[in-house]
Amino acid sequence: MKTIQEIEEIRSKKRQELDLRVNTNSSTREKHILVCHGTGCTSSKSPKIIENLRKIIEEKGLENIRVIQTGCFGLCAKGPIVIIRPEETFYAHVKPEDCEEIIESIANGTKVERLLCKDIDGTMVNRLDELTFYKKQKRIALKNCGVIDPENIDEYIAFDGYKALEQVLTKMTPDEVINVVSASGLRGRGGAGFPTGKKWSFTKMAQGEQKYVVCNADEGDPGAFMDRSILEGDPHAVLEAMAIAGYAVGANQGYIYVRAEYPIAVQRLKIAIKQSREYGLLGSNIFDTGFKFDIDIRLGAGAFVCGEETALLESIEGKRGQPRQKPPFPANEGLFGKPTLINNVETYANITKIILNGADWYASIGTETSKGTKVFALGGNVNNVGLVEVPMGTTLREIVYDIGGGIPNGREFKAAQTGGPSGGCIPKEHLDTPIDYESLAEIGSMMGSGGLIVMDDTKCMVNLAKFYLEFTVKESCGKCTPCRIGTKRMHEILDKLCSGKGTEEDIQKLEKLANNIKKASVCGLGQTAPNPVLSTLKYFREEFREHAIDKKCRTNECKAIAKITIDEEKCKSCGLCQRSCPVNAIEGEAREKRKINQDKCIKCGTCISTCPFHAIG
Amino acid sequence: MSEEIVNLTIDGIQVKAKKGDTILQVAKSIGIDIPTLCFLKGINEVGDCRMCIVEIEGRRGFVASCIQKVEEGMVVHTNTPSIVEARKVILDLILSNHPKDCLTCVRSGNCELQSLAEKFNMRDIEYEGEMQNHPIDDKSPAIVRESNKCILCRRCTATCKNVQEIGAIASTGRGFESCISTTYNESLNDVDCTFCGQCIISCPTGALHEKEYIEDVWEKIKDKDTFVVVQTAPAVRVAIGEEFGMPIGENAKGKMVTALKRIGFDKVFDTNTGADFTIMEEANEFIERLSGKGTLPMITSCSPGWVRFAEKNYGDQLDHLSSCKSPHQMFGAIIKSYFAEKYGIDKNKICTVSIMPCIAKKYEASRPEMEVDGVRDVDYVLTTRELAKMIKQANIDFVELEDSNFDDPMGEASGAGAIFGTTGGVMEAAIRTAVDTLENKSMDKIEYKEVRGEKGIKEACLNIAGKEIKIAVASGLANARKIMDQIKEKKSPYHFVEIMACPGGCVMGGGQPIKSAKTRMNVDVRKRRADSLYSIDEKSTVRKSHENPTIKKIYEEYLEKPGSHKAHKYLHTTYSPKPKYDI
Repeated sequence: MKTIQEIEEIRSKKRQELDLRVNTNSSTREKHILVCHGTGCTSSKSPKIIENLRKIIEEKGLENIRVIQTGCFGLCAKGPIVIIRPEETFYAHVKPEDCEEIIESIANGTKVERLLCKDIDGTMVNRLDELTFYKKQKRIALKNCGVIDPENIDEYIAFDGYKALEQVLTKMTPDEVINVVSASGLRGRGGAGFPTGKKWSFTKMAQGEQKYVVCNADEGDPGAFMDRSILEGDPHAVLEAMAIAGYAVGANQGYIYVRAEYPIAVQRLKIAIKQSREYGLLGSNIFDTGFKFDIDIRLGAGAFVCGEETALLESIEGKRGQPRQKPPFPANEGLFGKPTLINNVETYANITKIILNGADWYASIGTETSKGTKVFALGGNVNNVGLVEVPMGTTLREIVYDIGGGIPNGREFKAAQTGGPSGGCIPKEHLDTPIDYESLAEIGSMMGSGGLIVMDDTKCMVNLAKFYLEFTVKESCGKCTPCRIGTKRMHEILDKLCSGKGTEEDIQKLEKLANNIKKASVCGLGQTAPNPVLSTLKYFREEFREHAIDKKCRTNECKAIAKITIDEEKCKSCGLCQRSCPVNAIEGEAREKRKINQDKCIKCGTCISTCPFHAIG
Repeated sequence: MSEEIVNLTIDGIQVKAKKGDTILQVAKSIGIDIPTLCFLKGINEVGDCRMCIVEIEGRRGFVASCIQKVEEGMVVHTNTPSIVEARKVILDLILSNHPKDCLTCVRSGNCELQSLAEKFNMRDIEYEGEMQNHPIDDKSPAIVRESNKCILCRRCTATCKNVQEIGAIASTGRGFESCISTTYNESLNDVDCTFCGQCIISCPTGALHEKEYIEDVWEKIKDKDTFVVVQTAPAVRVAIGEEFGMPIGENAKGKMVTALKRIGFDKVFDTNTGADFTIMEEANEFIERLSGKGTLPMITSCSPGWVRFAEKNYGDQLDHLSSCKSPHQMFGAIIKSYFAEKYGIDKNKICTVSIMPCIAKKYEASRPEMEVDGVRDVDYVLTTRELAKMIKQANIDFVELEDSNFDDPMGEASGAGAIFGTTGGVMEAAIRTAVDTLENKSMDKIEYKEVRGEKGIKEACLNIAGKEIKIAVASGLANARKIMDQIKEKKSPYHFVEIMACPGGCVMGGGQPIKSAKTRMNVDVRKRRADSLYSIDEKSTVRKSHENPTIKKIYEEYLEKPGSHKAHKYLHTTYSPKPKYDI
């Protein structure tokens, strides 16, 4: 158990020691090699890199070089990433066998040129902040990710960790805390965007001796990993915010409901909780103020619906994860029937910064109705796949082209998908839509938890809708009829269209079904499940009609109706396609333009990727 | 405390309603009949099926009126074109995943899904597609589960879990693969199911039903060499008429007996007489236990669902159960012994058929213990519903039938036998006899109203022959569990306990006519049927089992006295602990 004074001592001592992490001009002789130990880089051997680096340093007796595991740097496309501080040298695609060279270069005061990260335009980047990927970003929720060692509470404390909690407990009333959160304009980052301050206030006002604070870390959207990265990179930020929330609403117990598929996040949370308890930052009489708050972890078993807050509460209670009817809302009748505050990981990750920097500071970022920043997991057909945090109001174009570096292979942007299976597609004409809750809803999509998948012109929108429906069909909890059977039928109609057996009437039936499922389902999952269908129908109806009437898929993604042809004008008669075809479906003599025998073609697409002149499609 | 009243508008009608009532309830009170499917009053109020959706001005999407409480100033629309379209789509979706073999379904004509399809004029299925495909579970002698007919309304699981607190069936799987299943998807026969059959009378479709033995019984009736004796339980007579459009709870005993005779049963007896035997034996057993020869409290054993529950859950407490067989089993044994001998009929050529309000009786009749010298007590058990079907098959215009009486020599039963069919009835009947025996005179007090009524557990303290006797009556297995846990912890204050597996007793048994959720919302079915039984008792000339001349005679001629060696041979049984899961 540490006193305020002792924590402050740790803070100032450690802050000095870690100055080189945030100050490129640091005069220290020390070098910190930061290696990403998030899920992405870990799966491409970053733990081995850490091991190798440490071994070499020990062998060489280089006492001024330290290797630190961190959370995600964001630019996952370049992983595994290694950053040398204080210079901010940014190495991409590092392999365990590169370690020797990296250490040598540090010792020699040079850089390993071949490992230096290249920007989109091919220029070599010397320092992290030169990368266009980071230029338009503003890191609040991800502030500590990639800066500190998430398994070391002292490093968290060094960067103002647990200062907000101290301030709240010693200088503020619960109402004052709620007022600050309300005034900041922070809205729920789980997707629906409900004003966080209001939620806190409802829970505080609810009658009841026992109240709970719950963290929804059941991130389930395919391709989304914002919450995972926060938990992996900065777990204490969530713990501290939950304790602040507990003080504000009058709860003494918190639960983090986290997916079991996030083993690294779970492990870091466990370590963080243990360390916080040891320092007395969780437990009874925190900071000697009499405030008691503790946190336990509950693992999710991989059901998407458990990200829905009431289904999540059911699951914590040990029941089948199925949504409850609302009202009553969790603020009044939540976990075990008690008033419960439930927020998402990213929402919590903003809290300490709001407390320390003030509501006005936070409210100055973003748009009129959507304040602060939003973290997105940028994926799909975009150059810089990774995790980005941008101020609300940043346009989709800025995210895709400036931060994301545009579309690879010289292809065209076709659509972006936000909000995962609950969201919708945003077509080219809406590229300049500012990303905020209202604007996205207006164009038929939603913020969602922050998955942002970019699609180029090789993607079939009917097939895309089918993909999302396939997910929903599998993840529907089966409680209410529209979602349980309706999503299945939507998927069947989409499948019919993709296989060339659909009709124009099917499109109308699909639309009618989608609209009714949206209105009649019990929970958010069912009510939003038709969004991928409705938004693609809204913007890409012509493609649906092509599938239904012409039995044609313009992208050839729908294999059953794909028709691969060779553009005679573009064909240079090289014959590469002919040699690559596994079924000898390509005909034509040497130096002749080739033709595809449609009867033989199995639509495998090998010729398309083989053709150096993009003549096949 | 005065009730809080809220003002709201439903379909343009301004209405004052009690705060806490649902839109469905309030709409009903002003003559708006919102369609429902998963809703079952007091048991399953979850808003899952979405048939009862309505629109509330200012709210996004539709809400389920069966759970949405009324609020001040609410403006509700229950039947706009968009709601009707959504309901039709929902119904279409359910039908798209439901077999269309209504003609051969056990619930044809009494299916809530069929009624809705008719109401909405469903002429074709717009969203046809893949259908669920589950095997039929017909392993048990009592219940058949046809999961392909299941519409996932979860009325059965709510009944099993929340009312009976058994949870033998529950939801499993996700999305379209969701289904109602058992532990490891094993047969109901091999899991913790007690065969109470409450799930069957909760089911809106034909997904759960009794195992039928109608054809077997017809075969026996047709067979000239077989002497087919039928007996009918007390609760059957106050429900059978419902299957022919008669009012709920009307006593149709006379017509029922006439119908049974017309069907061709060789003898038509009254299980109420069997109940009188049970009282003779049970009262005697109780008095013996009270005098120190046996475990107290003694618990009745005429509800086979309860017995199966006890054997599966309280295997170490079975000495509390009365060793008496249930009335129809006793009667079956008497028919194949006393009756056979007296009338010179080969007992091996007698077929005994019991018409019961019960599902578990089918299982009970199949228990290995239920035979004497290799002769089965009861050969077939049919439910009230199965009997109604036989009557219809026999081209009998039930409502128009003349009354007739049960056959002699065992047709006459006491009023005490009649009230066996409702919770508290066995206790009241037993007390009537026990009191007279202990006081050694015929007491004037006949009615013990403290054990009547719908309460799950009823208690009373009686002063009998200077001794304080504490009794309790429990119906429904959730209440049985409370009684048993108390006994297990050695904290039970009682001397004598009656337990019935079905809430309300046999009148609400799993084999009784199935009432739609709408009917159950508006009518207290249990009370109507129970009142009818009490009225039979009230009108009876003999109201105590031991005063029934038939009983007296058979004891004199055959059984000697209650608890005799012979009585034990024919009228008593044994129990043994059974594994909860036999898998």
